[in-house]
Amino acid sequence: MVAAAIRVEATTAPTAGSALHVQDVSHQFKLHGEPLAVLERVNLQVAAGEFVAVLGPSGCGKSTLLRLVAGLEPPSAGRLFIDGELIAGPHPSRVVVFQDPTLYPWRTVWRNVALGPEAQGNLQAKRGRVAEALKLVGLTGFENAYPHQLSGGMAQRVALARALVNDPQLLILDEPLGKLDSLTRIAMQSELVSLWQNAGFTVLLVTHDVEEALFLAQRVIVFSDRPARLKTEIVNALPYPRHRGDPRLAELRHAVLAQLGLDATW
Amino acid sequence: MIAQLIRAAAPKPRGAVVALAANDEMQLITIAPAAARARGVPRLVRRASGPLLLLLLWHVLSVTGLLPDTVLAGPATVLSSTAELLASGELQAAIWTSLYRALTGLLIGGSVGVALATISGLFRLGEDLVDAVMQMLRTVPSIALIPLLIIWFGIGEAPKIALIALATAFPLYINVYAGIRNVDVTLVEAGRTLGLSQAGLIRHVVLPGALPNALVGLRYSLAVAWLALVFGEQINATAGIGYLMSNAREFFQTQVIVVCLVVYALLGITVDLIVRVLERTLLSWRPAFSGT
Ligand SMILES: Nc1ncnc2c1ncn2[C@@H]1O[C@H](COP(=O)(O)OP(=O)(O)O)[C@@H](O)[C@H]1O
Ligand SMILES: [Mg+2]
Repeated sequence: MVAAAIRVEATTAPTAGSALHVQDVSHQFKLHGEPLAVLERVNLQVAAGEFVAVLGPSGCGKSTLLRLVAGLEPPSAGRLFIDGELIAGPHPSRVVVFQDPTLYPWRTVWRNVALGPEAQGNLQAKRGRVAEALKLVGLTGFENAYPHQLSGGMAQRVALARALVNDPQLLILDEPLGKLDSLTRIAMQSELVSLWQNAGFTVLLVTHDVEEALFLAQRVIVFSDRPARLKTEIVNALPYPRHRGDPRLAELRHAVLAQLGLDATW
Repeated sequence: MIAQLIRAAAPKPRGAVVALAANDEMQLITIAPAAARARGVPRLVRRASGPLLLLLLWHVLSVTGLLPDTVLAGPATVLSSTAELLASGELQAAIWTSLYRALTGLLIGGSVGVALATISGLFRLGEDLVDAVMQMLRTVPSIALIPLLIIWFGIGEAPKIALIALATAFPLYINVYAGIRNVDVTLVEAGRTLGLSQAGLIRHVVLPGALPNALVGLRYSLAVAWLALVFGEQINATAGIGYLMSNAREFFQTQVIVVCLVVYALLGITVDLIVRVLERTLLSWRPAFSGT
């Protein structure tokens, strides 16, 4: 009995997140019968608990990389490991928040968030976590609303809660704030940081917003045009909480824009 | 059907308040839509007056003898005939028999249609095997199968129910299949990342996603079920509304024929109403659903 109790303690305690290893990964699609190279020999290591952002021109293959990490598709070449194990398919410990909230319109907010535990068959045990996740994203009181009754920002919060309730070890974020208005985006950026600091998971974030990447991440990976290759990475060692007006962030921004070939616009 | 479509397409009457600033003074002007502006007479009354006038005309033509009973019985005769048929219990028995045929046929045909649609919607192999056959068969008007059905099933209840089943299977098949195929693939992928199994995806994502289309299919199926019922009951019926009708035809009782026509119409309306209530409850989550 005692041993069991201790084990439950151990599995629910906050963990440091998963380590991700992308090894020599190339990927191509078929477009009108022609092969379209999207990723070219991408190598990437993300340490457990690290917050990494990926920047790159639109259409270069960022989402594709995330899909491979999520296990939604196998790579054409190369391998992906999570904590040393080959990624073979999707798993709720590597949950994705997409650019669109992709909520189930026929499910209420509560039932959307509860879908993960329901799928795992442990909803009864996780009812508290559902309420907690909704509280975390500030949506207490909207449990019975349907997705069409929410604003874009609220819907994206539900999507975030739906991911968090699975206690992810690696949170995969594909431009999750891309479609939000700037005020909501700023608020949610700060929320993301505190969520990450409290829950202790690894974050892999794709964004097209240079400032967002630098404000949030410890390391920013810059991709080339399609087919995406690693172009540079910028380490941002500024401590949290960060200040948006920090001149060091502005300096880093300059460096990143130069890497993206936009230094003339500085 | 057409009237419904037009009604659904017309914007709902709504009052609008417009603020105008004139000479530094705010003025509130209420602009009412045309429908509400018509003086005095409520809309319902105005809409009902057309059919009522028609009824009155029919009555006048009948009592003046311009419209003989052998051509079309007048409203008064129809009413008294209805009362007689109800008193003798004939009408109720006929309604139950017909309703039973329609619903049994729909149940069989609908189940087959939904099952086949699920198979070809979910599985490639199922699609290859089932869909081509269904698309081919659906071009044959089911009414044209009556002679074959009589040869296969005789002239009892079976061919009538088979005809209804055949007719109702296709609308449900086509709509459920389309519904399954149109389920948003990003919702399926989101479900996969949340750890839904194949069965879980079908149950929690694909089938609920196909529900709106399925209900459209159900409505079409019900419409053709009535049509098939009317045709099926022409096959040597010994009970049911069709039987009442063909009996009446033999004796030139046009009033009974009118009663039967009205019953067909009322049954159709009732069942359509049930589907609407079903849609309203099952699809309450839909933003587009404005309530019929
Ligand atoms: N399923 C697919 N089939 C064919 N081409 C695809 C598919 N998905 C993405 N692509 C192509 O791959 C490229 C990279 O896409 P994506 O990873 O979504 O880019 P982004 O960096 O903007 O997220 C694009 O040129 C896109 O057209
Ligand atoms: Mg993308």
